[in-house]
Amino acid sequence: MSFLTLTGVQKHFGAFTAVEDFTLEAEKGEFVSFLGPSGCGKTTTLRMIAGFELPSAGRIVINDVDITHRSPNQRNVGMVFQSYALFPNMTVAENIGFGLKVRKRPKEQVQKRVGELLELIHLPDRAGRYPYQLSGGQQQRVALARALAFEPQVLLLDEPLSALDAKIRVSLRNEIRAIQRQLGITTVYVTHDQEEALSLSDRVVVMNEGRIEQIGTPFEIYNFPTTAFVASFVGTLNVLAASVVDAASGRLSVDGQEIRAASVSAPNGSKVSVALRPEIVTIGGEGDGNRLSGKIEDVTFLGSIVRIRVKVGEGAGRLSFDTFNNPSLILPKIGDTLALTFPPEACLLLDAAAEIPALSIDADEA
Amino acid sequence: MPDTAADGNKRGARSARPAQRRPLLAWLGVSPFFLFTLLFMFLPAGFLVVGSFLDQEGQPTLQNYADLTTPIVANAYANSIEISAITAIGGGLFGFLLAASVILGGLPPFMRNALMTFSGVASNFAGVPLALAFIYTLGNLGFLTAFINNTFATDIGQAGFSLYSKVGLEIVYMYFQFPLMVLIIAPALDGLKRDWREAAENMGATGFQYWRYVAFPILLPSLMGAVILLFGNAFGAQATAFQLTGGTIPIASIVIGAQIRGDVLHNTGLGFAMAMGMVVIMAMAITGYSLLQRRSERWLK
Repeated sequence: MSFLTLTGVQKHFGAFTAVEDFTLEAEKGEFVSFLGPSGCGKTTTLRMIAGFELPSAGRIVINDVDITHRSPNQRNVGMVFQSYALFPNMTVAENIGFGLKVRKRPKEQVQKRVGELLELIHLPDRAGRYPYQLSGGQQQRVALARALAFEPQVLLLDEPLSALDAKIRVSLRNEIRAIQRQLGITTVYVTHDQEEALSLSDRVVVMNEGRIEQIGTPFEIYNFPTTAFVASFVGTLNVLAASVVDAASGRLSVDGQEIRAASVSAPNGSKVSVALRPEIVTIGGEGDGNRLSGKIEDVTFLGSIVRIRVKVGEGAGRLSFDTFNNPSLILPKIGDTLALTFPPEACLLLDAAAEIPALSIDADEA
Repeated sequence: MPDTAADGNKRGARSARPAQRRPLLAWLGVSPFFLFTLLFMFLPAGFLVVGSFLDQEGQPTLQNYADLTTPIVANAYANSIEISAITAIGGGLFGFLLAASVILGGLPPFMRNALMTFSGVASNFAGVPLALAFIYTLGNLGFLTAFINNTFATDIGQAGFSLYSKVGLEIVYMYFQFPLMVLIIAPALDGLKRDWREAAENMGATGFQYWRYVAFPILLPSLMGAVILLFGNAFGAQATAFQLTGGTIPIASIVIGAQIRGDVLHNTGLGFAMAMGMVVIMAMAITGYSLLQRRSERWLK
């Protein structure tokens, strides 16, 4: 039985469609992330759940209650803003207790709850400070506590970590996940950072141009993308041009070198794109796997890893992959020929017309 | 290759060199300002201070300050403070409501542009032209007075209104007070983040609770600071009041003029002492404004 349900939700701003037919069912206590590039409609959808935007069509239901047309202050939904949105005229304790104060809860109850939340976010000694006296990470933790103080049914987080530096981002996202698990609160998290979405979520909703591209667990989204967009947006991809030799047996030709894919639906002789995750590619190797050789174009030493780029044939494309560094590693030389292996089931077949190179490794490096 | 401390120092030295040269040019750039303030602020102020301690024969005395408590002087200060306070609070309230309606009320952007342009002009429209404009509009033979008389058969003079009274003077002052409030408070209203309102609503607050607990307290230092500034603005005005009332309403600035320029009341030393009193009140107003503004800026940063 789903706890948060969005059914056919749409949002139009004049002629522009920001969100198109968005349908999602989230269980109680589930952590769902909306992942997508800027302007894909993820924040608009979140704001519709919060009540700051009214859907042009569709329904939003929380715990069997239709809240589609309720005002934001009648929804009992907590929200953490990208900019923290702490009230600058109030102390940390006053900020956290605000939701209870406007609900006219007794002072003792407010104080007790504020104390509990300050413990939860590990800032018990900051109760009397003002927001401008806190670091960005501390402010965001206070914003989280404030959103949880009045025990909302659903917690919404709108890119809460994007204004923080990388190190704090990682520690704070672990903290957010731990608190969410501890409280068992249904959570919707908006981000354009795939690593954040994959590491935090029970399920990820990948969005593009106002539409849902795919909903699945992080494992499914990464390993079994159902559209070219998801394949390219989540993780990094090598894309090689190939032609179908024998669809029945999954045989393909990459610049004259034959490889196999787990399943090929395109007709024989047609052009396809073969997408490969970089981590699936290994140097050398024996056995039944696919084998491709090419010339090393570039070797980049990155400390813990070494990134190697190999050109496969003349027009097929390039394969970039990483290998772990160790003191006895002999770095391959530019211009050497290298044999690479990967399993047939790792080959993701995309329509040759699918426009994804902009997000492949090669493009990232450019 | 990693940066070394030595590299950093070299870079620091290179970038510091032009910075060492620049202050000279910068000081040269601001020197006209210092010259101006020296000639037209500090020297006259010094002249005032010294003059306020001299009697008519040029002998040192404290009598001028003792005379500040005489009924004429005390009454002038009381009138100035009353008119300034009323027009600061009235103009401040009206200006704030106007600015809030245009900036936060979701009106079309051209309304904001129109209001800001009008405020920029009107806040500087004071002195003789302003007084004459009101005399031609609301004076005994003003066109609005005549219009009301002809259209509604009502003589506003007989009804008790006189432009040349204290109330009339306050109405005229309001003309430049509320636009100044609009100009001062607009940046503070712009500083109210949409996220604050949404966060308050999200936590269950009504619109009234948002204004009571969040928006108004955030704006309060700016509001108070602006009202103080408006008070100072009205307190220092002289030409408008003199042109409008011809000195029949004794306010501090007019009485100072009378003491210094010399007629029946001629006493230069007392005039200087009264001016010193005004300087103190203005200094207090500016200090209060600065303190409140600093607090507001820290919040809105």
